[in-house]
Amino acid sequence: MNYTQLIFELSKPGRRGHTIPECDVPERPVEELLGRNHLRRNAAPLPEVAENEVVRHFVALSQLNHNVDKGFYPLGSCTMKYNPKINERLAANSGFAALHPDLPEQFVQGALQIMYELQQDLLEITGFTAITLQPAAGAQGEFVGLLLMQQYHRNKGRDRKTILIPDSAHGTNPASAAIAGFKTVTVASNPGGMIDLTDLQSKINDDVAGLMLTNPNTLGIFEKQIPQIRQALDTVDALFYMDGANMNALFGIVRPGDLGFDVMHLNLHKSFSTPHGGGGPGSGPVAVNEKLSEFLPGATVEFNDGFYYFSDNGEKSIGEIHSFYGNFALLLRAYVYIRSVGAKGFRKVAESAIINANYLLARLKEYYDPGYQGVTMHEFVLSAEKQKQRGIKALDIAKRLLDFGVHPPTVYFPLIVKEAMMIEPTETESKESLDYFADAMIQIDREID
Amino acid sequence: MPYISNSEQDIKQMMETIGVSSFNELIANIPGRLLFEGDLKIPKALSELEVDALVNEIAAKNKQGICFLGGGSYDHYVPAVVDAITGRSEFYTSYTPYQPEVSQGNLQTIYEFQSMICALTGMEVTNASMYEGGSALAEAALLACGHTRRNKILLAATLNPRYRSILETYVRFNDLELVTVPEEGLTISPERLASLIDDETAAVIMQQPNFFGHLENMKTIGELLSGKKPLFIACYDPISLGIITPPGEYNADIAVAEGQVLGNRMNFGGPYIGLFSAKQELVRKIPGRIAGIAQDTKGQRGFVLTLQTREQHIRREKATSNICTNSGLLAVAAAVYMSLIGRQGLVDIAELCLQKSHYLAAKLTEIPGIRLAGKQPFFKEFTLQFDGPVAPVLEKMNSNNIFAGIDLAKYGMEDRLLVAVTEKRTRKELDLYAEIMQSTLIG
Repeated sequence: MNYTQLIFELSKPGRRGHTIPECDVPERPVEELLGRNHLRRNAAPLPEVAENEVVRHFVALSQLNHNVDKGFYPLGSCTMKYNPKINERLAANSGFAALHPDLPEQFVQGALQIMYELQQDLLEITGFTAITLQPAAGAQGEFVGLLLMQQYHRNKGRDRKTILIPDSAHGTNPASAAIAGFKTVTVASNPGGMIDLTDLQSKINDDVAGLMLTNPNTLGIFEKQIPQIRQALDTVDALFYMDGANMNALFGIVRPGDLGFDVMHLNLHKSFSTPHGGGGPGSGPVAVNEKLSEFLPGATVEFNDGFYYFSDNGEKSIGEIHSFYGNFALLLRAYVYIRSVGAKGFRKVAESAIINANYLLARLKEYYDPGYQGVTMHEFVLSAEKQKQRGIKALDIAKRLLDFGVHPPTVYFPLIVKEAMMIEPTETESKESLDYFADAMIQIDREID
Repeated sequence: MPYISNSEQDIKQMMETIGVSSFNELIANIPGRLLFEGDLKIPKALSELEVDALVNEIAAKNKQGICFLGGGSYDHYVPAVVDAITGRSEFYTSYTPYQPEVSQGNLQTIYEFQSMICALTGMEVTNASMYEGGSALAEAALLACGHTRRNKILLAATLNPRYRSILETYVRFNDLELVTVPEEGLTISPERLASLIDDETAAVIMQQPNFFGHLENMKTIGELLSGKKPLFIACYDPISLGIITPPGEYNADIAVAEGQVLGNRMNFGGPYIGLFSAKQELVRKIPGRIAGIAQDTKGQRGFVLTLQTREQHIRREKATSNICTNSGLLAVAAAVYMSLIGRQGLVDIAELCLQKSHYLAAKLTEIPGIRLAGKQPFFKEFTLQFDGPVAPVLEKMNSNNIFAGIDLAKYGMEDRLLVAVTEKRTRKELDLYAEIMQSTLIG
């Protein structure tokens, strides 16, 4: 029996998959309650399938997915680390799961405590002074960060329209800038894979609202010229945004707030172990320094005299970005993760992520050309240009890897490396798992000839 | 525990392969003055047993009660099958299905989800999901302005004020104008709406049932806008579509919704799932991912992400939206929920909501000092009008563990209470509600 047919193909008229309670109040005719005009003519044509068949269908489909619990998933910049099971169990606790978001504060003290402590911990980890947990994903966090920049400049009585973005940036950066009402100007990378300072200087002018920088960048390189970039931005009072997609590499090693950034977003579904869920949901808190704190969206939790409560939006706030307080059940998972990893554990996470990436790079660099020379942070880019000349493209290598039961790396990104393969092993992989991948990559290279 | 597999011995071996003798050599390119010194000031690591105890203890500080709150988050029943499927790590630990060969499970599920939302709404295309109802609505408004090249959005005063706030944030720096269509008796008059449409109007945004629970005259508004340039954006309640007219039948151009009601818990406000559907002619303008059917090289059916040239990873600043991560796992939950309750189940659940909410409304309005604030029909939610402020009444109800509804004081209506009744509420609970309300008001 093929249970991977479409659910509509498994449907047969009259089948039921779930029992609904009988109505226990006196019933009145529906037409009388709603009026004929509002009634649907025919029931929505949803499938009609028995419970066990629904289960078999979706279990059969699930088995077609690669997933972190099945094997290695080295997608660059996606941070496919292990998702601890205790996070899932605690997020399902009905004390949180059954909580309506509009309940009065005195009834939701537990939920507010989680949010408050998470805010404090994320601020300590990032080195900033204020944070909003509201954004539902990294891209929405970027959008919030950009709106904060708009508000900052408006508040100073000027209208700035330009955001600078390096050519190695994620696609969400320019897309977020566009919907926040900015135009984007691309800054070139230098031969070392970092921002080209000369190009940056030439693009700094008094229309520049700020610069968005991923650090480490998508090549896995730490942007060591941050002080110089900061200085260049300061000449026109432009803001410095850090895309925190790669925060996993920095835990306990550097804090973006200390580096001189004004604002950053975190991806809790990358760095803080909440699951990717086949594409979401995620969570993208935004942390800022004193320059921007008065503009943050609402729903920040404060604590005073034994009581947790939501602060009011100030007059200068950009306004709400989510119907409620963000993706709470994911905030809760991140909280559990932070409590499990603890003060000393975060640096170990970053160290292991960096060692794992460098180990893989060391094993592969004779066979595939590294995008850039030298050591790397938590991820690295290889080029299959050499392989392409022998007739095999990055895409072919990606597809062949599937036969080994591992997920291919991100290919053809970042755009500035030809035939790019972007590999991020994460800290949770074992040496054996990395060796298996390296052996497979080496075998594929040998198969070309 | 930092969840690291390698032992000290493994790490030593790996460092040898790398060719360094200490970790610090790997971060030597970070200028020393930028390095963080010392320990992070966060609590020390706890064992799993300790974390489990800690978080359960914190959870116990939240108060449990019988929930009559709605306003965009509802206490509908979640069948066990939904948890069983979404709890499979094949779904929750997978990534966005960019690699179709090893993502057919997600891709087909998204495709089925999209198809079921189309069946539910009568709309032609649906995407793979948005963050939640509010941002889905905001993106619909941006789409309408881009599509019509106009900059004015008419917004029903009966729209959920939380969605309105999000919309205000999204358009804040885009030179778009929001114009409120005032309510009359807690619904919108189509004539009044018509009088506000002009050559700059890009879209009309209505909610059905509206924030106050009442049904709007969507058919008349749909006819009014038929063949005209402004897009008709409808924000609906998926459960209500078990019995009330779907957006596809009243000429909506874009239909959005909060999909939390389809197999997801309230979770203190998130994560939820935005549903986004549109007419076929808008398919190249809609935000987010779309799964489609394709054939593999052997001619077999397969599923892929399609029309990706709209998206940020391809189009960058010219993309239709910046959305990347969406609400994938909740789309799985919604697909399982709709498959399980099926065609008749949705009708039955909708009817239970309808009957029970009317039963409670009838009992409450028998109490002197309480009446319905609006006159139009309502589905599962209704607004009560009191003679004075709602706050003291709510306090009394709360102390009896009945979370009686949302006090509309925060929206400038201190004498009104928004009450939601789902299929989960039993007659016993409804009677208890009425009884305590009676004794609170009358003594």
